[in-house]
Amino acid sequence: MALDRDTVRNIATLARIRVEDNELDALAGELSNILTFVEQLNEVDTKGVEPMTSVVAMQLPRRPDEVTDGNIQNKILANAPEGTRGFFAVPKVVE
Amino acid sequence: MSSTHLIKGKTGEWEVVIGLEVHAQVTSKAKLFSGAATAFGAEPNTQVSLIDAAMPGMLPVINGWCVEQAVKTGLGLNAQVNLHSVFDRKNYFYADLPAGYQISQYLQPIVGKGELLLDLADGKSRTVGITRLHLEMDAGKSLHDQHPSQTYIDLNRSGVALMEIVSEPDMRTAEEAGAYVRKLRSILRYLGTCDGNMEEGSLRCDCNVSVRRPGQPYGTRTETKNVNSVRFVMAAIEHEARRQIEVLESGGTIRQETRLFDPNSGTTRAMRGKEHAHDYRYFPDPDLLPLELSEDEVARIKATLPELPDDKKKRFIEQHKLSAFDAGILVSERASADFFEAVVTGDGKLGDGKTGRDAKLAANWVINDLFGRLNAAGKDITASPVTAGQLGRLIGLIQDGTISGRIAKDVFEIMFETGKDPLKIVEEKGLRQVSDTGALEAAIDEILGANVEKVAEYRAGKDKLLGFFVGQVMKKTGGKANPGVLNELLKKKLAP
Amino acid sequence: MSTLTELSLADARDGLRAKKFSARELAEAHIAAVTRIKPLNAFITETPDAALEGAAEADRRLAKGEARAMEGLPIAIKDLFCTEGVLTTAGSHILDGFKPPYESTVTANLWKAGAVMLGKTNMDEFAMGSSNMTSYHGPVESPWRRRGDNRPLVPGGSSGGSAAAVAARAALGATGTDTGGSIRQPAAFSGIVGMKPTYGRCSRWGIVAFASSLDQAGPMTRTVRDAAIMLGAMAGHDPKDSTSVDRPVPDYEKALTGNVRGLKIGIPKEYRVDGMNPEIDRLWEQGIAWLKAAGVETVAISLPHTKYALPAYYIVAPAEASSNLARYDGVRYGLRVPGGTLDEMYEKTRAAGFGKEVRRRVMIGTYVLSAGYYDAYYNKARQIRTLIARDFAEAYRKCDVILTPTSPNTAFAVGEKMDDPIAMYLNDVFTVPGNLAGLPGISVPAGLGGDGLPLGLQVLGRAFDEETVLRVAEVLERAADFKHKP
Ligand SMILES: [Mg+2]
Ligand SMILES: [Zn+2]
Repeated sequence: MALDRDTVRNIATLARIRVEDNELDALAGELSNILTFVEQLNEVDTKGVEPMTSVVAMQLPRRPDEVTDGNIQNKILANAPEGTRGFFAVPKVVE
Repeated sequence: MSSTHLIKGKTGEWEVVIGLEVHAQVTSKAKLFSGAATAFGAEPNTQVSLIDAAMPGMLPVINGWCVEQAVKTGLGLNAQVNLHSVFDRKNYFYADLPAGYQISQYLQPIVGKGELLLDLADGKSRTVGITRLHLEMDAGKSLHDQHPSQTYIDLNRSGVALMEIVSEPDMRTAEEAGAYVRKLRSILRYLGTCDGNMEEGSLRCDCNVSVRRPGQPYGTRTETKNVNSVRFVMAAIEHEARRQIEVLESGGTIRQETRLFDPNSGTTRAMRGKEHAHDYRYFPDPDLLPLELSEDEVARIKATLPELPDDKKKRFIEQHKLSAFDAGILVSERASADFFEAVVTGDGKLGDGKTGRDAKLAANWVINDLFGRLNAAGKDITASPVTAGQLGRLIGLIQDGTISGRIAKDVFEIMFETGKDPLKIVEEKGLRQVSDTGALEAAIDEILGANVEKVAEYRAGKDKLLGFFVGQVMKKTGGKANPGVLNELLKKKLAP
Repeated sequence: MSTLTELSLADARDGLRAKKFSARELAEAHIAAVTRIKPLNAFITETPDAALEGAAEADRRLAKGEARAMEGLPIAIKDLFCTEGVLTTAGSHILDGFKPPYESTVTANLWKAGAVMLGKTNMDEFAMGSSNMTSYHGPVESPWRRRGDNRPLVPGGSSGGSAAAVAARAALGATGTDTGGSIRQPAAFSGIVGMKPTYGRCSRWGIVAFASSLDQAGPMTRTVRDAAIMLGAMAGHDPKDSTSVDRPVPDYEKALTGNVRGLKIGIPKEYRVDGMNPEIDRLWEQGIAWLKAAGVETVAISLPHTKYALPAYYIVAPAEASSNLARYDGVRYGLRVPGGTLDEMYEKTRAAGFGKEVRRRVMIGTYVLSAGYYDAYYNKARQIRTLIARDFAEAYRKCDVILTPTSPNTAFAVGEKMDDPIAMYLNDVFTVPGNLAGLPGISVPAGLGGDGLPLGLQVLGRAFDEETVLRVAEVLERAADFKHKP
């Protein structure tokens, strides 16, 4: 699959990675090469094959409903680039 | 669908199509995927684990209790419980979604199709389809009003367990939507799986609304997010339907979009910052395995289900001979229904040892007198100063003729104020009604003697005057005359 | 005390218990070695104080005769493991300054066993790479050189810093993580042992996630015995990881009986790939001969979907990574590049914080999961995984372990292959199937190529049968008698 500039721009937006216009063509080429490579899979007939959900043969473990965590506000905020009064802060969002 | 469901526009009639997505917070001590607490109103970022803050390398482990609550709710909605379900990641960027994805269920939810019976104001009922119920984690909270140029993020809610309950687009009026939310809330509260507290955000509603000409295919819908009261749900739908009709009638088209409801203006508006289309890139969360339930486990949970409002209502109508309307009111809250039944069967004692309280009378007292009085006092049934036993004994006193219904109202008011037992109040205040024929005859004679002309009129055929004589005797006896005995005696004495 | 750094982990352990030297002496020798190999850029963060502190505690315990399994043994930790209070970067700019307020389960297990931390090793950014050239902290140089060529070589990746540190005798062992071969390939390139255990054997809690369904931690050491000792300390059930398996950890060292008589070794015909270096093929034949001499039976097996493992991997891994790396958004930790709006802040932060290879993979992953492409790519790849797992299940009805080369080539020079991602991806052709099927695998140094660089052989086993894998690997190790040093 050859990706065009618009598709690459759209992917970049979805992934929230800024891509400058002058990078689009090169990136489109690289991504297209990778897609061509992985498209070998189309050679394989997978009709009726169950997609793998988990590689380990076990049941999903469940924990009891007990409060065992929290009250670590200082740890939660310790690495925050910006925070104040117990909150994280980000540029203002208008809903 | 009757034509009363249609809205009249300038160019003709429109039908409103409504589907609701309700997010109900699972009643649990800890979060869905972490051991942090869920209690409401804590200091910011205190009920947050490293997992809820999506620190690098953190992994989710599911809360088994929450799984059981989802199953229980599914069973309460007569829905299909799926023994195999899968947790997916719903990927999108937002400041209060720390991992950049929400763990939810997409293609294989824990609960599939079910149904809900709406009780409508006209006493009729109608069925709304439930599409599915899935488990997912809540996001954190963005505070936009704390700083001029910044949004503050509190992750206390991040990871709280939600059940998203999705309806079919089966509703046609705002009233039906209101009834749906009320009924769903009632069932959740009966089950105890969600406290239904809409002010604290335990129950939030996304309203999907579209309009169409009768008989035409569905129109484009909008989704109004996070509406948090029944009244607002109805207002949001009402406004949104009228807005869409206006747009369409003036030649415009409806955009599929997310909208917000403004409770102050009662209007909806498009959300900003949502201009690029969403592409959630769902895929099974590789940190979690598929969730497997056994038939046994589901059966075990089923055995714990309480009698639910629909069944209870049916039983009240059959067993207690109540009207559908009264039964509906009584069962809407489990506490009310339980109170009513305790009034009827109560401690088994009537005032004078007779059994078998009048259920209809009990229903009237609970619905009109008690609910009315509680309402005026701003109190919940669970905080009623009059116990079910006391109200039952009061009704017993009416039934065995110790007091009249009128006197009972006064006694009830004193009970409500003081919490005293009714018999004690009757004795203290000397309110026992007079059934002694001798004493009553004396009072009657006195009244008849003082109203000779009226007696003559009555005898001449003016039957209506009986009420006048009853009133006069009642007044004379301070309302304590036994009305049955009094009537009988009066008629005898007035006979020509 | 440079001879102390020449010891195997097992010999160092025994020497400490025999009081031949102290944990402090052992730690100091390794701290000096870490300093000596600075030019290799194998470490992002050095923690000599932690090492000395750990050694002091170890000496106290040794004196009381209370030594634990890895008491006083200095090791290095891949910078993908979160270490409490110690900078953890995953080789990325985006985790600038990040000091986790928590300790990963695997490293916590190692400290509980008495091991001592020398520092955090350099790696390909977010473990994405086979060369260690994608690290924000600069490439790692292999301690090895080609015969008659002094150009710097790559140590392999992504656990390249760990491989270089162990190969250069600066650590007795190191942790690695293996998503598509990131332990085994650098081990092969660097002439050391590297083991990826069964998926679910070591907890992933506290390890920066790359591709959750593939990632697995494991030991990198100079001998198979060392790997057995270290794996024993790392492994174990962790209720904090829903994919961690609740079964007892065997005494892996006990499994090294030297007796492989009667075992059946599968030789997959599909691993003879086009354009494979003939000396790799020769080494493989040599490995077969060694094992036969030790009494094994060889069986020709077929793993028909081998060729599709790599393309399936390059869908699954980027897809999961695109989601796992969404949390690096400049809000709660790490780098933030200011922006006028939230989205602008995200986009600038992530563009500046992620290197080229990471950006590329996040974008591929985003694309293959996006509406309309999910079935064609992601679901297809999951179906291929099922087929690959079935291939192995079928093969293990006929054999007990499988022997293959670890990598189709020896180490390449720093800067080579950088412009062609696909050529780089081919490094993992023999290791990726084991990740897709979740099976244990080990790389053992088995000889030198014509260029004088190490070559490895890989032993793959059944799920949770690390014991047989280790036993066969040790027999192979004895036969190969690899004594070469960088
Ligand atoms: Mg929704
Ligand atoms: Zn939802």
